[in-house]
Amino acid sequence: MGTLLETQNVCKYFGGLKAVENVDMKVEKGDIFGIIGPNGAGKTTFFNICSGFYAPTHGKIIFNNNDISGVSPDKIARLGMARTFQNIQLFKYMSVLDNVKTGFHIKTESTMTDAILHTNRYKKDKEYVNEKSIEVLKKVGLSKYAETKAGNLAYGIQRKVEIARALALDPTIILLDEPAAGMNPNETDSLREFIKQLNEDGYTIVVIEHDMKFVMRSCNQILVLSFGQKICEGTPEIVKADEQVHQAYFGKGIIAGKGLQ
Amino acid sequence: MKHFIDTIKSTYGKYKVIVWIICSLLLLIFPALIPSNYVMGVVCRILFYATLAGSLNVINGYSGQMCIGHAGFFCIGAYIEAILATQYHINFWVLLLVGGIITAIIGGLIALPTLRMQGIYLSIITLGFSEVVRLIALNWTSVTGGAMGVKGIKSPTLLGFTLSSPKQYYYIFLVIGIVFIFVTNRIINSRTGSAWISIREDELAARSLGIEIKKYKILNFMYGAFWAGVMGAAYAPYTRYIDSTYFSLDEGFNILSMVIIGGQGTLIGPILGAAVVNSLTELLRSFSEWRMVAYAVLIIAMMWLRPQGLVGASDSVLAGDKMKKKKIKVLAKEEK
Ligand SMILES: Nc1ncnc2c1ncn2[C@@H]1O[C@H](COP(=O)(O)OP(=O)(O)OP(=O)(O)O)[C@@H](O)[C@H]1O
Ligand SMILES: [Mg+2]
Repeated sequence: MGTLLETQNVCKYFGGLKAVENVDMKVEKGDIFGIIGPNGAGKTTFFNICSGFYAPTHGKIIFNNNDISGVSPDKIARLGMARTFQNIQLFKYMSVLDNVKTGFHIKTESTMTDAILHTNRYKKDKEYVNEKSIEVLKKVGLSKYAETKAGNLAYGIQRKVEIARALALDPTIILLDEPAAGMNPNETDSLREFIKQLNEDGYTIVVIEHDMKFVMRSCNQILVLSFGQKICEGTPEIVKADEQVHQAYFGKGIIAGKGLQ
Repeated sequence: MKHFIDTIKSTYGKYKVIVWIICSLLLLIFPALIPSNYVMGVVCRILFYATLAGSLNVINGYSGQMCIGHAGFFCIGAYIEAILATQYHINFWVLLLVGGIITAIIGGLIALPTLRMQGIYLSIITLGFSEVVRLIALNWTSVTGGAMGVKGIKSPTLLGFTLSSPKQYYYIFLVIGIVFIFVTNRIINSRTGSAWISIREDELAARSLGIEIKKYKILNFMYGAFWAGVMGAAYAPYTRYIDSTYFSLDEGFNILSMVIIGGQGTLIGPILGAAVVNSLTELLRSFSEWRMVAYAVLIIAMMWLRPQGLVGASDSVLAGDKMKKKKIKVLAKEEK
């Protein structure tokens, strides 16, 4: 299938703090790729580097055969990478529909002049966005919330809206930062189904998640970070069996082995 | 209250066309109904400030940048008109556009280095910029006339008529205002407008959606500056004389107060703000100094109780969680 997203020796230092240190990753097309690690391991920072929000201190990021190290987020989004945030960044005072509509920005191109003169390009864009955003909401199963203010929705649904908005970019890869945080077990189960479905629809997915069961069941490849460094990468079986992973999560000995079953 | 508003809304819906025709006619014959030149002067000022405050609202209200030196842009437009009209006898209508375009370019140049700054830092830069512009106007005597200002600015003509009294100038300000509202409304409801609003609502999210923050912030600044320049160019021949004292920081705060009181993030807000503030100015004229105190109190009260302004965008970060709290209170009441 080929590699879609690759990092080589990526580092990010905040002053003396090595938040991410020499991380290599290879995400293949069609993967559901999990990133796990204890709190403060550098997972979110790593995502921010991949999506252009931080420039790496060292190292290289290659996406779809483009070197995107230090490239701005808007350019990376245009290359086909979408993301969500750990602390949900919705336009909370806008309706769900308007949130998704805003996501179509890079899929349209009418200018200020088009808007003033109401040219054909302007009208076409409007029509396209209206049609497509309804389509996206339907696909994600949020049609009934179309007119609801995003900030008034339950946590779990907000996370889904954020994913819907990301889908508007028509990305090839989606980075999800703890999509199950704040969800109850039922919601988590349906989220897993949903992510599987997205993957079957052709999206490559990279997901940061604390919920071990979730990761072990959903992902075909897993990267484990601890104190900024990669301590393990491989299939769920390999990660489950890895001694260092157990140590990172549970310390040496004692209750090791229990949590990963 | 809600019932009352609904009644108005449904009545309006039924007689929409008639309402529009009546309003247009009223606006058209308005000067004929008002005999007093003094009242006409106040009306002109309201119309004029409605557009000027509107141009600031494009920046502060729609993209969430905080410009407080708007008098600087206004000043540039006014001097461009005054100088080019008195020395090179260029047509007023051409100068409206020239004033707007040059001011827009300067606005872009100011926005460029300040892009990385946010909130209070951008505010301070625009404040400094406004003072620099005023000082240049005051000290570049050979071009701006220095402290003497520019005198004898010609009134505009249209089809052979000279438009000079407030009654005539009313139509100039009215037409510019209508064009401003029309064009701005279209932009706000377009891809460009939603990019501005998305930056105001959540810059991080906007970036993740591929929206070019820098480009849209500059565009926004330029568009707001353009209309401030146009209004400057329209203003100079109205007073026929300008000097640097017209464009002090006080003037900047005056414009800002209209936006804050009337409402940010809606097209109607600055119009209402201009009406309220200018009417108050007239009513409180005899209290001179106390007038400023009244404004200050009004602005503080506004930011406290209704940060988005009287008719500002309630569903936005401008209103913040003020609205939410109210909603919860209402819900709690209903439950009781
Ligand atoms: N902008 C920043 N400036 C300074 N330090 C930062 C910054 N962002 C993150 N850090 C630090 O980098 C380290 C990694 O943080 P990061 O948020 O990437 O961890 P994480 O793995 O996502 O943790 P969590 O599971 O809690 O989300 C932490 O020690 C954090 O304090
Ligand atoms: Mg994190």
